[in-house]
Amino acid sequence: MSAVNQSGWRPEMSAAEASAPTTTTGNRALMLEEALIFEIGDTDTTGVDFADAPKVIARLSGLERARKIGIPGLSEPEAVRHYTRLSRQNYGIDLGFFPLGSCTMKHNPRLNEKMARLPGFADVHPMQPVETVQGALAVINELAVWLIKLTGMHGVAMTPKAGAHGELCGILAIKAALEARGDPRTVILVPESAHGTNPATAAFAGFTVENIPATSEGRVDLAALTARLGPDVAGVMITNPNTCGLFERDMRAISDAVHAVGGYVYCDGANFNAIVGRVRPGDLGIDAMHINLHKTFSTPHGGGGPGSGPVVLSEALSPFGPLPFTERHADGGYTLIEEETAGERHPHSFGRMTAFHGQMGMFTRALTYILSHGADGLRQVAEDAVLNANYILRSLENSLEAPFAASGPCMHEALFSDNGMAEGFSTLDIAKGLIDEGFHPMTVYFPLVVHGAILVEPTETESKAALDQFITALRSVADRARAGDASLKSAPHFAPRRRLDETLAARKPVLVWKEPDLAVAAE
Amino acid sequence: MRYLPLTQTDRSAMLSVIGADTIDDLFVDVPGEAQLDGPIAGLPYHASEMAVERHMSALAAKNMAAGAGPFFLGCGAYKHHVPASVDHIIQRGEFLTAYTPYQPEIAQGTLQMLFEFQTQVARLFGCDVANASMYDGSTACWEAIVMARRITKRAKAVLSSGLHPHYVSVAQTMAKFTGDVLDTALPTLTPETDADRLLASIDGETSCVVVQYPDILGRIADLSAIAAKAHEHGALLIAVVTEPVALGAIYSPGEMGADIVVGEGQSLGVGLQFGGPYVGLFACKEKFVRQMPGRLCGETVDAEGRRGFVLTLSTREQHIRREKATSNICTNSGLCALAFSIHMTLLGERGLRDLAALNHGLAVQAAERLAGVSGVTLVNDNFFNEFTLKLSKPARPIVRELSHHGILGGVSLVRLYPEAEHLENGLVVAVTETTTAEDVEALAAKLEELLA
Repeated sequence: MSAVNQSGWRPEMSAAEASAPTTTTGNRALMLEEALIFEIGDTDTTGVDFADAPKVIARLSGLERARKIGIPGLSEPEAVRHYTRLSRQNYGIDLGFFPLGSCTMKHNPRLNEKMARLPGFADVHPMQPVETVQGALAVINELAVWLIKLTGMHGVAMTPKAGAHGELCGILAIKAALEARGDPRTVILVPESAHGTNPATAAFAGFTVENIPATSEGRVDLAALTARLGPDVAGVMITNPNTCGLFERDMRAISDAVHAVGGYVYCDGANFNAIVGRVRPGDLGIDAMHINLHKTFSTPHGGGGPGSGPVVLSEALSPFGPLPFTERHADGGYTLIEEETAGERHPHSFGRMTAFHGQMGMFTRALTYILSHGADGLRQVAEDAVLNANYILRSLENSLEAPFAASGPCMHEALFSDNGMAEGFSTLDIAKGLIDEGFHPMTVYFPLVVHGAILVEPTETESKAALDQFITALRSVADRARAGDASLKSAPHFAPRRRLDETLAARKPVLVWKEPDLAVAAE
Repeated sequence: MRYLPLTQTDRSAMLSVIGADTIDDLFVDVPGEAQLDGPIAGLPYHASEMAVERHMSALAAKNMAAGAGPFFLGCGAYKHHVPASVDHIIQRGEFLTAYTPYQPEIAQGTLQMLFEFQTQVARLFGCDVANASMYDGSTACWEAIVMARRITKRAKAVLSSGLHPHYVSVAQTMAKFTGDVLDTALPTLTPETDADRLLASIDGETSCVVVQYPDILGRIADLSAIAAKAHEHGALLIAVVTEPVALGAIYSPGEMGADIVVGEGQSLGVGLQFGGPYVGLFACKEKFVRQMPGRLCGETVDAEGRRGFVLTLSTREQHIRREKATSNICTNSGLCALAFSIHMTLLGERGLRDLAALNHGLAVQAAERLAGVSGVTLVNDNFFNEFTLKLSKPARPIVRELSHHGILGGVSLVRLYPEAEHLENGLVVAVTETTTAEDVEALAAKLEELLA
């Protein structure tokens, strides 16, 4: 095993930290405090120069602004410094290991960024005549073809803006298909290990959500599911591989049982990275599945989006997919099927889910990623992702309880619990301890089926050395939690902030900045 | 494969730690008939950075970029100059490759930025609070309609005919499934908005009135009377802003009494990108904050008493509330919100006002010039940086013909309203700080020729 640290540092050197002096500014060398723009900016300062506006008689309906808005500005050097300082208070994949389970935080290739910024993609208006955007439509179409072939499905809806929006798309397609055959059904079955967006989506579309229990080995209970199936069940929403990191072995049987009672199968594709190039959801009887381009296909997560959630559809659901979409002609040209042409070409569409044509900037990045890997590379992606996760599972199963370790190999993520920690110590303390060790914590307390869940998804873009370092660190933090090391309760010690008071934030919400005297007056 | 760090030696060593002979042993839970025995047929294999760049560049070259010639498109997406530092900062890996800030101690950069963004959006829209962004303007709009239903417990929404037709379509799609009743109408080529229709439609059943400001034809109308009538009947006023730069020149909807103000933030920092990703803006009165969709960032303190920021009020959200959540939105548009916020900080109030004045001044000049072309009538009495022309011929073939001459001349209304014959000759023209006098002259000259 490679050394945890190669710089010459030894653990006893930490003792020196405790006696470090305080500073006047609150800064600590490279760790710099930064005020809010409202505290350092000024409404008369600007970092952009414009030509003088021509003198005209305003045609603003008499609504010309006289009052101040209250938005401060900074000169360019001040602005660059402000945001650069803020950026350094963030952890990102570029900085280190980011094993957030079910989030697939893999390396974001910079070629993707470069391609998305080509003026022919970045500087094109969505309402330009289609003759002037043939290359953009070609990107959408080419990506669509890849997604269809990789999943073995019939069609794909490209416009959903993120995973949850994709779920909504799939569920609306199911609802539209049921309505089209005059068979309104009311119930969607969701396993208890599902991501919270699944029940939220089904409820948003007007369905009643019923939970399906898991077996002791962490999979959907097929018997419980089939027992609940009936003419009121519109469908099931299943995540496969599931959020326990396991492949649903009975997926085909589940699909067949649901189809037999006239329902549809929605698959949450958040974990597609585990099987891309090795398994096609279409071969498992799936009717609809969203693909998070910001997970499997490496488009950056950006601190909370933008995502992109195209939905692949079975032959049964394809006619109901949303507008718009692209169509390729025999002559190599592309058309955009919008409201105007939908009547003849796509009469059963359930409608439009968003303005314009979807997350083009994400399509460009995802296609670049896919072409870089090719069919062979994508298969290797799944294999390395699964290999890395199993390596973590087997390396740590003696340090942390792995409730489903006996259920077989895991897929792309390894699940542990916090059972066995000292009284008062839990997953949260382990997560905060890992921050001090220089790692982004894993997903915590999800899925809900495991006590104090610790869900580690390494992805394929981590080296063995990076995994070894993480394993060593997590093992040592778990040991401290088991031993009841009090210093772990107050971790992190070395992050830009110590533990934050989330209760205070929720009890007295302060969501916008107010001038100090106004803030006091409002109390 | 350049993105995969494991070597064959690593893979063998790791398999032996796991206790597996081959990688196939790790996929034993996948039924045999569902396993592919090799790379999917008919798809190309991996390619070098150079080869991929060549392929993508060839596709990009088939598009006419907005900056390549005279450009006048708007209707919900606007071409503005984005300062170089915006794109530089958003590409810093600490912002670009971070996740949603679930671990606030190591995500203060994103969180502080979101707190600043929320404050900027709230002030720009004249509201008390704003959230940390939505997918885009159209989805923010229907989430606002749903929010109004939750607050008023009524299902009838009255939509202005000046609301972007894609926004109307999105609301109609959702209404089909949720049982909302939408009162909609098509716009007409008149200088007046449909304020009278809206006032007449509001009654005790109305949950909300949805008005775009400035509207799809570029018209601007005072919202105060509609707000007053709505409030009189216990309904909410939702205002939609697709061009936030306008608010540097005119009063915000919040200042005129709107309860919820949503918008498309693409104009600042984000760029055209063929329609996405964009950034939805969502603001409202403080009393409705617990009914808001989406993520919220709030101020708090850490264990040492230092100011810090966290995601808060998550009891509204899907990961806590599951089927009882206010919305299913999870990932939103964080990086675009950052771009918006940086651009807004660079502008500041002074820059925003200068930018707005420049847009309006150039638009007035362009409108006057184009209205002088024979066969062209200016529909609007008032507008910000976008106005509608009525041509003597159908606009769609004219737009196509203009593009053949390297001019992207505007959005023909039939593209947006395919069924509406009365809008066939309507052309919506946007003019921003990026438009030059030569651009306007080129459009005027070509229109003169094509309409003769």
